[in-house]
Amino acid sequence: METNEVFEKVKGLFVEDLGIEESKVTMDAKLEEDLEIDSLGIVEVVMAFEDEFEIEIDDEELADVTTVGQAVNLLHSKI
Amino acid sequence: MKTAFVTGGSRGIGKAIAIELGNNFHVVVGYSNSEDKANDVAKDIISSGGSASTVRVDISNSESVDEAFTSIEKDYTSVDVLINNAGVTKDNILPRMKKDEWLEVIQTNLTGSFYTSQRAIKPMMKNKWGRIIFISSVVGISGNQGQANYAASKAGLIGLAKSISKEMGSRNITSNVVAPGYIETDMTSFLDDQNKENIIEQLSIKRIGKPEDISNVVSFLCNEESEYITGQVIPVDGGLST
Repeated sequence: METNEVFEKVKGLFVEDLGIEESKVTMDAKLEEDLEIDSLGIVEVVMAFEDEFEIEIDDEELADVTTVGQAVNLLHSKI
Repeated sequence: MKTAFVTGGSRGIGKAIAIELGNNFHVVVGYSNSEDKANDVAKDIISSGGSASTVRVDISNSESVDEAFTSIEKDYTSVDVLINNAGVTKDNILPRMKKDEWLEVIQTNLTGSFYTSQRAIKPMMKNKWGRIIFISSVVGISGNQGQANYAASKAGLIGLAKSISKEMGSRNITSNVVAPGYIETDMTSFLDDQNKENIIEQLSIKRIGKPEDISNVVSFLCNEESEYITGQVIPVDGGLST
C-alpha cells in the first residue's frame, strides 16, 4: 500500500470515528494541538488502526507519534 | 433499543436483573451451564412484551467472552449496558484454602469481569455511551470468614469499576458497583433458619433481601437519569454495612 493510500484511510478514521473536520486532517497536523484529540482519543484511533489494518501497535512505538504524518509513516512501515 | 448483556443471568440476582432490564432494553441472558434456565428467563421477558436472547459465555476464558460479544454484535449491533454479575464461590478458611480455590474464584469473579469490561468498552467508546455495573458484595467491603478469595475478588471489582469510571467519563460511560448483602438465592440457600435469624438481627431492615431489591437499583443505574453517578459503590444490604 502506498503512503497516500494509508493517509486516505487514516483520514477516513479520523473523520468517521472522531468527527474531525476533513480539511483539518493534513500530514503536518498535530494530533493534540491541531486536531484536539485527547489521550483517550489517540487510543481510540490506534485501536481503529489495528482493526482496519490487522496489525498490532506497541505502546512504545506510539510514544513518538505526535502528528498525522508520523502516524501514517508508522502504519506504512507495518503493513 | 439499546442492548443489555447480563452475565450469569439465568439464576438468582442475575435473573431478576435480566427481567427488570427487559422493560427498557433488549436483554442478552448470559449463562455458562444453565441453558434451559437462561431460555426460561428470555421467554419470561418476551412474554411480558420485551425482547431477549441468550448466549453461552465462560467469563473466565477471554476467547469465550470475545465469541459471545461477537455473536451479540452480529445480531444487535453493540452491548450498551454490561452487567458483570456472574460469579462463583469456593469457601474455605484461609489456613485450609487451596491455591486452586483461590485462583478459580479470582479468575472468574475478577479477571472474568476484566475480560467482559475490556471487550465491551471499545464499542461503547465509539458510541460515546455506556453503562457498566459490577455486582460486588457486602463482603467485598467488610470481609467474611471463610471467604477470603470471594471477598478479595469482590473488593477487586470496586477498584476496577472506579478506574473505568475515571478513564471513560469523557465518553459518557459510567461504571458503578452494587454491593448486595444477604439476598435470597441459590448462593445463600445453605443458610438454615437459625443462621437467617442471626443475620436478620444485624440488619436495620428486618428481612433477608430479595433479588428484586438489587435489580431495582441496577435498573436505575442503567437509565439516562443516573448519568451523573459514576465510580460509586452502592450497598443494598438492609443496613448491614452501616
